[in-house]
Amino acid sequence: MNAERTAITHADPASTPKVSPRVVGPFKAEVRDVNFYYGQFHALKNVSMPFVDKRVTALIGPSGCGKTTLLRCFNRMHDLYPGNRYEGEIILHPDQINIISPKVEPLEMRMRIGMVFQKPNPFSKSIFENVAFGLRLQGETNRRVLADKVEAALKSAAIWDETKDRLQKGARDLSGGQQQRLCIARAIATEPEILLFDEPTSALDPIATSRIEDLIDSLRGRFTILIVTHNLQQAGRIADYTALMYKGELVEMDKTVAMFEKPSFKLTEDYLTGRFG
Amino acid sequence: MDLRKLVERRKLTDRLFAALGICCVLIALLTLVVLMGDLARQGLSRIDWQFMTSFPSRAAARAGILSAWVGSLMIMLVTVITAVPLGVAAGVYLEEYAPKNRLTTFIEINISNLAGVPSIVYGLMALGLFIYQLGMNRSTLAGGLTLACLILPIVIVATRESLRTIPSNIREAAFAIGASKWQVVSHHLLPYSAGGIATGVIIATSRALGETAPLITIGALTFIAFLPPPPVMSEPPFVSFQWLHDEFTVLPIQMFNWVSRPQPEFQVNAAAAGLVLVAMTLSLNGAAIWLRYRMRKRIKW
Ligand SMILES: Nc1ncnc2c1ncn2[C@@H]1O[C@H](COP(=O)(O)OP(=O)(O)OP(=O)(O)O)[C@@H](O)[C@H]1O
Ligand SMILES: [Mg+2]
Repeated sequence: MNAERTAITHADPASTPKVSPRVVGPFKAEVRDVNFYYGQFHALKNVSMPFVDKRVTALIGPSGCGKTTLLRCFNRMHDLYPGNRYEGEIILHPDQINIISPKVEPLEMRMRIGMVFQKPNPFSKSIFENVAFGLRLQGETNRRVLADKVEAALKSAAIWDETKDRLQKGARDLSGGQQQRLCIARAIATEPEILLFDEPTSALDPIATSRIEDLIDSLRGRFTILIVTHNLQQAGRIADYTALMYKGELVEMDKTVAMFEKPSFKLTEDYLTGRFG
Repeated sequence: MDLRKLVERRKLTDRLFAALGICCVLIALLTLVVLMGDLARQGLSRIDWQFMTSFPSRAAARAGILSAWVGSLMIMLVTVITAVPLGVAAGVYLEEYAPKNRLTTFIEINISNLAGVPSIVYGLMALGLFIYQLGMNRSTLAGGLTLACLILPIVIVATRESLRTIPSNIREAAFAIGASKWQVVSHHLLPYSAGGIATGVIIATSRALGETAPLITIGALTFIAFLPPPPVMSEPPFVSFQWLHDEFTVLPIQMFNWVSRPQPEFQVNAAAAGLVLVAMTLSLNGAAIWLRYRMRKRIKW
């Protein structure tokens, strides 16, 4: 298989587009010439790529290449810390607003774009209150509606059976994998337009990991999902599209199957065959 | 074998240090026990219903600490009601809102230093500000405010310390759902840090309870033979704030007054008042320990 790969002649980097023509719309979001700076440090360099509506896109690349940085642009998490600066546009369809424009309210973006973190981080409150928090922030006060939506979210996140008898118990008493699924329930309770996952399984064991993967798979078609992962097999299993980043730049984006079978660039092939990263 | 010798040596050091530690703890503990024992031997038999419910008197046997402990409670009430909201708000501002720049650092360092300023200095400041500048009389209000200034830095520091124990990924979780800063503070940070803040407040209060110097400085009396009208009454106008404006005394001042008299009967009274004061302080500290234990169990990171 390796021999087969090395026989491939790669396209000319200058004339081949980084985003393959196989990545076609409808798009939910389009990143256009985004640069990002942590103070003086230039962390994202002219990144441009689309994210297909209601599909799963994986961001892969060696440690420190800027995957998390790109992900956190979408919900404006960088605004929480001083000295960070965005350039360029992330257009959110269908309203065509530029997510990273200073005129756009970060709070609105965070209500419309949910995030699940690397380490499970449920609040030290009851399971119910964890999931209800987003709904309450959006002004929902009707207890019946709250209860129904919390139940629906817990069901979608495949954790209802384990929690239905202990909704008022502390969320921090759940196991790591359960906590992560609870965090997913918390993120989807408000029906966000985009879901961001930053290495959601890196703190979990294989069984908990495969449950999360199944869960993400089941959310395909309902949400546009961006997932950062270090695990190439994971990207292969759950992502429709995959984008490889390197040193703050996009190297290549393609349908996952196409990219894993026949990468267009030498760098991609080297990464996929484990020659660096 | 060399290795074994080495291990033996280190175990010996361990044991030596443990022995030394136990000695130090014992010295500290014994001092406390002797002090308390002495106080109890002198004063315990004097504590009875009459002692708790009588005003001070020229006759030691008829004297009591009613106005003193009521005064202490009223002062603490004013102190806590003013210092806690101010201190918590300032702590939250410094920790969560203030830009991290030189000015903030400067303010932070100063607040930490204020916690170490001798209490009599606060008394002088209060005398100048509350009594002379603002024209208050030497009242419960002025006394409470004085002690509030005294514990304010402690409350601020306790608030900040306990906010800092909340992991940043919890803040990010709340922000990522779309909470505003105030919602993060009020829905999450304050509830999670309430135990730590309360512990700090209680410990600060128990310190203020024993304070004598700043209250004498602003002119607390040593002989109060009346109680203010109760704050709540059954006939109009139902509430009275007279207690805020009346003169006051507190337990440590009453105790000081008795100690400085020559008659041995008054020494017994002083010891008994001291016991009551220690009991109040210890129960406050006990409450703080209990609270901390409860919160540790409830809030997990
Ligand atoms: N708060 C920050 N301040 C300054 N530099 C930062 C900050 N966060 C990240 N960086 C730098 O930005 C670059 C990209 O970081 P990022 O966290 O996006 O990498 P990543 O691709 O998510 O890596 P990993 O796979 O290890 O999570 C790294 O070189 C990192 O050192
Ligand atoms: Mg990362």
